[in-house]
Amino acid sequence: MQEELIRRAKELLGDGTVVRVMGWRKGDLSFNPEPALFETEESLAEFVYDGFCGANLSKYMIKLSKLEGKTLVFLKPCDTYSFNQLVKEHRVDREKAYIIGVGCDGSLDVDAMKEKGAKGIQEITEDGDTVTVRAIYGDKTFDREDVILERCRACKGGAHMVYDELASNADEEKPARDGRFSLVEKIEVMDPKERFAFWQNELSRCIRCNACRNVCPACSCIKCVFDNDRYDTAQKANADTFEEQMFHIIRAFHVAGRCTDCGECSRVCPEHIPLHLLNRKFIKDINTFYGDYQAGADTDSRAPLTNFTTEDVEPSIVQERG
Amino acid sequence: MQRIGVFVCHCGTNIAGTVDVKRVVEAVKKEPGVVYAEDYQYMCSEAGQQKIADAVKNEHLTGIVICSCSPRMHEGTFRKAAEKAGLNPYLVEIANIREQCSWIHKDMEEGTEKAVILARAAIAKVMLNAPLQPGESRVVKRALVIGGGIAGIQTALDIADAGYEVDIVEKTPSIGGRMSQLDKTFPTLDCSSCILTPKMGEVNAHEKINIYTYSEVEKVSGFVGDFSVDIRKKARYVDMDKCTGCGLCQEKCPSRKTPNEFNRGLNTRPAIYTPFAQAVPNVPVIDTEACIKFKTGKCGVCSKVCAAGAIDYTQKDEIITREYGAIVVATGFDTINLDKFDEYYYNQSKDVITALELERLMNAAGPTGGNVVRLSNGEHPKNIVFIQCVGSRDVTCRGKSYCSKICCMYTAKQAMLLKDHYPDVDVHVFYIDVRTPGKNFDEFYRRAVEEYDVDYIKGQVGKVSEAENGRLLVQGVDLIDNRQIKMEADLVVLATAIEPNKDVRKIATMLTASIDNNNFLTEAHPKLRPVESPTAGIFLSGVCQGPKDIPETVAQAGAAAIKVVGLLAKDKLVTNPCTAQSNPLFCNGCSACEKVCPYGAISYEEQQVMDGGVRENRRVAVVNSALCQGCGACTVACPSGAMDLKGFSNRQILAEVDAICR
Repeated sequence: MQEELIRRAKELLGDGTVVRVMGWRKGDLSFNPEPALFETEESLAEFVYDGFCGANLSKYMIKLSKLEGKTLVFLKPCDTYSFNQLVKEHRVDREKAYIIGVGCDGSLDVDAMKEKGAKGIQEITEDGDTVTVRAIYGDKTFDREDVILERCRACKGGAHMVYDELASNADEEKPARDGRFSLVEKIEVMDPKERFAFWQNELSRCIRCNACRNVCPACSCIKCVFDNDRYDTAQKANADTFEEQMFHIIRAFHVAGRCTDCGECSRVCPEHIPLHLLNRKFIKDINTFYGDYQAGADTDSRAPLTNFTTEDVEPSIVQERG
Repeated sequence: MQRIGVFVCHCGTNIAGTVDVKRVVEAVKKEPGVVYAEDYQYMCSEAGQQKIADAVKNEHLTGIVICSCSPRMHEGTFRKAAEKAGLNPYLVEIANIREQCSWIHKDMEEGTEKAVILARAAIAKVMLNAPLQPGESRVVKRALVIGGGIAGIQTALDIADAGYEVDIVEKTPSIGGRMSQLDKTFPTLDCSSCILTPKMGEVNAHEKINIYTYSEVEKVSGFVGDFSVDIRKKARYVDMDKCTGCGLCQEKCPSRKTPNEFNRGLNTRPAIYTPFAQAVPNVPVIDTEACIKFKTGKCGVCSKVCAAGAIDYTQKDEIITREYGAIVVATGFDTINLDKFDEYYYNQSKDVITALELERLMNAAGPTGGNVVRLSNGEHPKNIVFIQCVGSRDVTCRGKSYCSKICCMYTAKQAMLLKDHYPDVDVHVFYIDVRTPGKNFDEFYRRAVEEYDVDYIKGQVGKVSEAENGRLLVQGVDLIDNRQIKMEADLVVLATAIEPNKDVRKIATMLTASIDNNNFLTEAHPKLRPVESPTAGIFLSGVCQGPKDIPETVAQAGAAAIKVVGLLAKDKLVTNPCTAQSNPLFCNGCSACEKVCPYGAISYEEQQVMDGGVRENRRVAVVNSALCQGCGACTVACPSGAMDLKGFSNRQILAEVDAICR
């Protein structure tokens, strides 16, 4: 697959369709490729596409679409939702992007492999549904299903919402998976004290590295309110409980109705806080109250939270449900 | 350097009874920025206002905080007082220590502590207040009345007689409303049509009044003095200019099976119809769901018989956009659905009817020509039972907690009229209480009891069922004699609760006018501003505001009219300077604010911004302050905090929160 994408990127660079390529390149380890910009055909030698290319590249297009000429960007099915949402918010210029929709079998989760006993990982190879880990303390073989990210267990399906062309591995017919809200439901049934304790425990691990915010395609403000000295939030961030009680909740509110549920926040969290569940709770409520809505499925529909119709749910019902 | 003055009002004992005002004064004196604080018995009085003026001058105050009642009550008063003393009126903040403090606390300790906290929040906010200058906006000299019943008719007539243009929008094919369905009116028993139809004619002929029947309000934008309204004029399929109202089309129409709405479904009507003979305008409409021509493409009888050539099957709905300075809601009422009241056997028996259906039966123009008969067999009823409070004063979820107010009187009316027409009938009325306050009302009810021998039974009916002989069996209790009652009846009449018209929610939403739990429109003040909505420029007429009989409705309709006239008589309105503004440096150009703005005040433009030394062209939000009403929806939709509201800036709100949490 990787070879096909490199070949196509070279062609598009060569014929002048695009002037740069946004993709992924090898990291220092075999399981941490990183987003990268390629401006020459030679540099594409470092291009990589494998199960660890979970990074959603759509947010990079904010800056890249301001530059002269088109940028080739590779988007997995779930990344296309983020891209559309950014187009909808006038943050990305659709005309400045050439999108190749790539297929995805679910992003691999190296931490899951470690938990399952892989120690001293040297090399990871994928072969269909089998993932083989060569490791210092014993090689391991896993079923792919057991070592994918939680977000991929709630896959929105194989269809790309926007693209200029599709790679050969794209599977537009691949259906969405069930149980997207099963983890949210587990938290919903907790009593308020238990739920508070759950989130306090999770969020207390936050070291405020801002990785969630920086990776989030919905967190694309030119100036984030948390960095804005106009509201003295910078000082408030010094309060002991800020991360536990404020930061993530405020962030979830800010992206409510705009979050496409790409799950990048949880993927990059070094403390393994399941941040995407906060957003998913909002999505679930929005679906319940206003009818099913998927942010980024298109670029022109009115989002329920910034729209009003007389069929909207009554505030009293929202209140009753708490 | 800020110099803040704090004024703590006793409001007699309203505040001072639960808040130690002296301690509040001492506490706020310690707050940074506060240079002056005092308390007084009635801050809103002339003497109180003088104290504020004196302090502004003597202490060179740069901002003031009044700890008193709700800003809805006296913010205007204190702003004016500040302005007179030479301080910008927007440098005044109110700490509401009455409604939000003294009235809800019983304990002096707690009340005082909270009053100090509220004062502290207001002080924190006023420190960040900026002087603001209000602008002016125009007043369109035309009013819109939504609803063409007696409330709407009266309001329109009164406004028009004062010399202003009025448009009435009525959903049904004719004006007239509920009153046109009634037979006689209490307490004088004059015929409803006889007093209503002249008014309908007057409205129709008035040169200042324009009627849109078979039309609905579809969209409302703008604000007090300058509303823009889209009215959907539904296709009648009959040319209003050509139609002579001869009625031949209605006579010849072969589709005759549609329940007649005007007669409450007691008989049927043709597909082309006017609701009643005295309809205004006297131009029929075609009900496309019943019309054979529309359903099958074949028929066209009405078109063939129409000598005037008025039938036009190709007519389309028309959207009319007009501007108004004021809007009156007069949407009226309907009776509640009785599906949940099976004990009264309404859905099961044709001989159990609502009081409004009885009105149609008693009316000479009704489905039985004024003969009150059992609809099951056409016989005259001998024993008639009225059941009061069907769904009214009912605190269970199936009914309404309020009293529908009109039922006691119309029941007495109907009972007497029945006895008049049919001296041989027996009439029984089951009631919880008989409520007849009103001029000549109790006398009217007493006449029913004393002169007409109507049998009033204090108690409720538990069950109505069918007896073996085909009559109805009514089972109830007599609470005075403490006995069970079982009686056979030929006709049971239900005094069904009334509720606001179903469309009122949609209309209230378009107007951003508030409604209560029962869907009645809320007044700006329940006692002192009963015909105004809290939304400026929106006025209330008739039952949409609460249950009313005809005299009350007409009185309120006139009151609403004079409020409208008072508004339309002004040439300019002072606008609220607390409008939104966007900081182009923080704006992402995402359009969230534009989407939530109910006034269309936000647009986007390409602007060159200097951000950290970098010049960049960005798509940024721009607020038209002439259109902005300061609702603040944009400020909460804005993810980056670029959008801010003057007088209620994010910074000010956070400063208040900080002061409270300190």
